[in-house]
Amino acid sequence: MTGEEREAVLSWPDRRGYFGPYGGQFVPETLVPALRELESLYESLRNDASFQGEYHRLLTDYAGRPTPLTFAARLTAHFGKGRVYLKREDLCHTGAHKINNTVGQILLAMRSGKTRIIAETGAGQHGVATATVAAKMGLDCCVYMGEEDVARQRLNVRRMEMLGATVVTVRTGSRTLKDATSEAIRDWVSNVKDTFYIIGSVVGPHPYPLMVRDFQSVIGRETSAQVLEAEGKAPEYLLACVGGGSNAIGLFHPFLGSSAIMTGVEAAGEGLDTGRHAATLTRGRPGVLHGSLSYLLQDANGQVQLAHSISAGLDYPGVGPEHSALKDSGRVRYVSVTDSEALEAARLLSRLEGIIPALETAHALAYLKTMMMETRDDDVVVVSLSGRGDKDMETYSTHSE
Amino acid sequence: MNRLTTVLSTLRERRKKALALFLTAGYPAADSTPGLVLSLAAAGADIIEIGMPFSDPLADGPVIQQSSATAIGNGVTITGILDGIRKIRESSTVPLVLMGYINPILSYGSDRFFRDAASSGADGVILPELTLEESVRFKTEIDRNGLSQILLVAPTTPSERITAIDAASGGFLYCVSTTGVTGSAGKGTPEDFLFRVKACAKKNPALVGFGISTAAEARHAALLSDGVIIGSALIRRLSEGEPVASISGWVRSIREALPAT
Repeated sequence: MTGEEREAVLSWPDRRGYFGPYGGQFVPETLVPALRELESLYESLRNDASFQGEYHRLLTDYAGRPTPLTFAARLTAHFGKGRVYLKREDLCHTGAHKINNTVGQILLAMRSGKTRIIAETGAGQHGVATATVAAKMGLDCCVYMGEEDVARQRLNVRRMEMLGATVVTVRTGSRTLKDATSEAIRDWVSNVKDTFYIIGSVVGPHPYPLMVRDFQSVIGRETSAQVLEAEGKAPEYLLACVGGGSNAIGLFHPFLGSSAIMTGVEAAGEGLDTGRHAATLTRGRPGVLHGSLSYLLQDANGQVQLAHSISAGLDYPGVGPEHSALKDSGRVRYVSVTDSEALEAARLLSRLEGIIPALETAHALAYLKTMMMETRDDDVVVVSLSGRGDKDMETYSTHSE
Repeated sequence: MNRLTTVLSTLRERRKKALALFLTAGYPAADSTPGLVLSLAAAGADIIEIGMPFSDPLADGPVIQQSSATAIGNGVTITGILDGIRKIRESSTVPLVLMGYINPILSYGSDRFFRDAASSGADGVILPELTLEESVRFKTEIDRNGLSQILLVAPTTPSERITAIDAASGGFLYCVSTTGVTGSAGKGTPEDFLFRVKACAKKNPALVGFGISTAAEARHAALLSDGVIIGSALIRRLSEGEPVASISGWVRSIREALPAT
């Protein structure tokens, strides 16, 4: 990349919410005024000391930040070179990075005067994180979740219910995250006057991809300081899984101007050539879904294809627009691993480091065996350990040898 | 002037309200649409909107979600829809407006789509995911092909934005009557919204859609506007297997219920 290209990447998005050619606002007119309000509210608070102070206080006192950076000694020994660190988002309150974003958005919701919160969820981690902050702030909360995900992430459904949220089972279309998101948008169109929609990833219409990126960037900022403290230098490699892409953007964004090699790992499901995968950036082409222009899994007629991943959080045919732009620019490389590679990596981390990762996170871990072949002995590799695996125990037991 | 603008100005001269009906292309069967369009036009529809089905219709309620899924299952594509329009044009000049989500159009190629839509005999397009701001990039191609680009306003749209959308819209202004998805029932058309539209939008006739299903509702909405658009109520009748002759009778009853201007 030239210096000019690097500058462009760092300046995204523009005022209309575009990351290069991707992003924008493709929504029914009913929602446009609400998005305008949200844009100006967020613009006024983005650099507001009291808002940022309140946000960071909640991250510290409630969400449990900063999260540790753990040196993975036995995993490093397993690969025989490099130095592998784990950024422990699994230790956040509720068990994943998702709460970084919901804490930020609930504060926006409080300032907007809306009294009702809605969210979509795939694996249930965003649903739980939303139900959690809604409970803390005393707001009504309704979470849309696909029928297939309700079945495979039962623990998180129970958690949301215990937190006082209403979980609506979505039985249309894919019965996974894609249709849960469509139903949440339909709810928002119908109740926009009193409802705040907390989107869980760097997807959706502007300003959501920007807001969620900002709220998740705490991951990368902490990592930068922690690696400097531990190793006296910046990391050479960053690795994260990508569904919508929020934990990956959170880790990557503060490093975009550095020379770190960044890799986003998508879900190859049963294999890229089986047609049953969720490798949007690897196998999709640009299109519009859920309010923004980005890479999309679609057929020759522009109908959205069903994604497949063993991981509910990655089982989505779209991806955040900033990732599409980062792919095209070459700044971040995107690869994919299969369901069985992810399962194997989850077992490996559990046995070597005493950490059971979420299935989503296991996709990032699974790429280590390929990536570690290119690293030098003293290269520092940071993996975003985006979530813990309690919710996936049924899937892990079903697939154990 | 295309067939759409001609019909709308004729209606205005004759002091009549417009009746627009929405059909999902390829529903209930792959080849149903041309015949249905001709029957509905004969029963008194002034304008027919042909919905191009999309897998993820996020502005639509259950009725049109279902018809879209069925139509996609029937193998409907943009190419097939445009063939159907050519067939309709062999015997009818009823204004035809293509309505749909943007992704299949981008996939087909937007320049190619607007050119082929116009040459097959369509008169306008309604692309509800294209906001005023996002619609700008398609305007040149749409205008060049003589199509009307119909934009939407909603009860949440501020007054000055209604004026700006009206200025950018062609054919008519589509007034979304309720804050909700298509087919949302029971809320009625908010009179204050339509009063506001009348005061702010002077360029185009204002047609009201979303949630109108009976002759009485149509009459009420038309009293406050230049006409009505009915979609989900028609699709529901088709989904229940109601015979075309009976549906035509229902359309006539709505046509008769509409007041003079």
